[in-house]
Amino acid sequence: MILRVRDLRVAFPAGTAVDGIGFDLDRGRTLGVVGESGSGKSVSSLAIMGLHREAAVSGSIVFDGEELVGAPASRLRELRGRRIAMIFQDPLSSLHPFYTVGEQIAEAYRLHLRVSRRVARERAVEMLAEVGIPEPRRRAGEHPHRFSGGMRQRVMIAMALSCEPDLLIADEPTTALDVTVQAQILELIRRIQRDRGIAVMMITHDLGVVARVADEVLVMYGGRTVEHAPVREIFRAPRHPYTQGLLASAPRLPAGGAGDSPDPAAGSVAAGGSPDPVAGGVAGPVVKGRLRAIPGSPPSLLAPPPGCRFHPRCARYAAAPDDACVTEAPELRELRELCVLGEVGEVHAGRALRLVGAEGPPAGPVHRTACHLAETRGGSR
Amino acid sequence: MTRYLLRRLAAVAGVLLVICAVTFAVFYVLPSDPAAHACGKTCTPEQVTLVRAQMGLDRPVYEQFGGYVTGIFTGRVLGDGPTALECSVPCFGYSYQNALPVWDLLTDRLPVSVSLALGAAALWLAGGLAVGLVAALRRGTALDRSLMAATLASASAPVYFTAMMLLLILVQRLEWLPYPDYRPISEGPAAWAGNLLLPWMTLASLYAAMYARLTRASMIETMAEPYIRTARAKGLYERTVVTKHGLRSALTPIVTIFGMDLGGLLAGAVITEHVFGLPGVGQLTYDAIFKADQPVVLGVTLLAAFFITLANLGVDLVYAVIDPRVRYA
Repeated sequence: MILRVRDLRVAFPAGTAVDGIGFDLDRGRTLGVVGESGSGKSVSSLAIMGLHREAAVSGSIVFDGEELVGAPASRLRELRGRRIAMIFQDPLSSLHPFYTVGEQIAEAYRLHLRVSRRVARERAVEMLAEVGIPEPRRRAGEHPHRFSGGMRQRVMIAMALSCEPDLLIADEPTTALDVTVQAQILELIRRIQRDRGIAVMMITHDLGVVARVADEVLVMYGGRTVEHAPVREIFRAPRHPYTQGLLASAPRLPAGGAGDSPDPAAGSVAAGGSPDPVAGGVAGPVVKGRLRAIPGSPPSLLAPPPGCRFHPRCARYAAAPDDACVTEAPELRELRELCVLGEVGEVHAGRALRLVGAEGPPAGPVHRTACHLAETRGGSR
Repeated sequence: MTRYLLRRLAAVAGVLLVICAVTFAVFYVLPSDPAAHACGKTCTPEQVTLVRAQMGLDRPVYEQFGGYVTGIFTGRVLGDGPTALECSVPCFGYSYQNALPVWDLLTDRLPVSVSLALGAAALWLAGGLAVGLVAALRRGTALDRSLMAATLASASAPVYFTAMMLLLILVQRLEWLPYPDYRPISEGPAAWAGNLLLPWMTLASLYAAMYARLTRASMIETMAEPYIRTARAKGLYERTVVTKHGLRSALTPIVTIFGMDLGGLLAGAVITEHVFGLPGVGQLTYDAIFKADQPVVLGVTLLAAFFITLANLGVDLVYAVIDPRVRYA
């Protein structure tokens, strides 16, 4: 277990951005963190990096057995870049315009490994080669603005991985890139992860990215976890109306059209244009070929809705209002299917699903969701 | 790079020529008698006629202007006969009131103004950057607010007021400094600097305040850049993040303003020189305007334009060093 997060809260003077999230991450595994902007996914990752300056971080972040919440700033600095590395959304503005990419890669390596300028420079060239930049020796002497978007993100990855970190946090690494380049960057991250056995926390709003790279998915909404499950489960049987809405609002490509990803999870997202019985249970039948947006907008940090933060936008709540949705914050519970009769959508409400435990630690890839109405899924149609 | 430099220098020459023409036009085309002004109030009508002939005022304006410009490169003889005046290269006209070529007047006064400008610039850069940096890094604290209030007060105070207050406090009351009495640097750096300290402080307090505010704003903006977050994510020391990654970018706008300010001041700080009785170009300008000594005003204007355009060129070259994106543009 390289990373163990429990009840993480990040409070800014203006409001609480992350309100108690938790997950485990092993070496060699990828956790996809999904949510809209403002859901707290980036804030969580910056908390793990110890990069919040004006926020109160509480809860527990245990990295390789070491508690990071409350750790001295100097210790967090030692870990940053050395054992926990991060790449960001916009690789151009995330690279310093005045220094060559070689200098920028060498900088952290020199600092953390206390090597000479020459050794660090060699390392930079080596890293550029590893992330697939042609003519790495010459390119190391160039400035970021001379690189294309995809090449810049490769530079960022080279920089992040130069010190052989154990954990890589990728904050929307492909959002600013062309679609064709996105696939290359994801493939690169996966290859390096396999080669080095590092843990990856992939923050994204793009379910296609999650399908490609994640082993497990954490869906965040309004600073809370609404669903946490193995990636296959998320796509096969999303339980939370928000997750279902996300899936229904994402384009599904015909099988094989989403690139030649061998990932079976990707295959299940791309399972033809046929209506998904599960998503269909949330917001009415899927009209073939049409995407359905989740109505409304993400909750405000200043005045989050009471109870379940999603209820103002929730189709299931709208269909069958339940006081609990307004008065109580739903707990993240493990739901286990005891028997499955035919298609998932045919499972009878409350009969085939049983509640197993309420606050137990997420041991292994179990499917947990935070919704008062999760058991009545399918019954509200 | 050489081509770029040559192109820029040609542009500088063009700008100077235009400024020269405009200034020339203002003084020589206006419905006044340049000769009477150039000669001075005590001139007899005969002297005015002589000056008019020497200045070539009886010839067409373009010819006068041509003569002025060629005189800069070849020198010229004003008038003829026994009263002819020799004006050697570079000839920027002749001040009848001072009975000296304008160039001699300028070169006489220039070291004073340059001393004043460079010393003050060093002070205000150091002070302004330090204050702005501290305020930016302590943004929103009581320290930030009091520093910014102080800079506002300092920037609002007119130069003559600051000068008087400094004289009153540091010279009269505390007697820490002597009353400024300019000494060239050839008489020893200590005497030079000691006597210039008050004028330096006066000018610097005004500029440092503006630079502090500018530095603060620029630094706050830079520190919010994603690449600063990257620098922190790399685990760099905060010191390195602030100086190597933050300050270097934040300096870019400051370099621009600094070039303009320094260029402007090199050709004389009129009020400061006047208040402290420094015999610089500013003082010369003040006297020339007061006495309508047009050849001198023209020369001073050209000198100021020269310094400002040169400083701008310097800024652009420094830019290319600071920001690699400029180099390829």
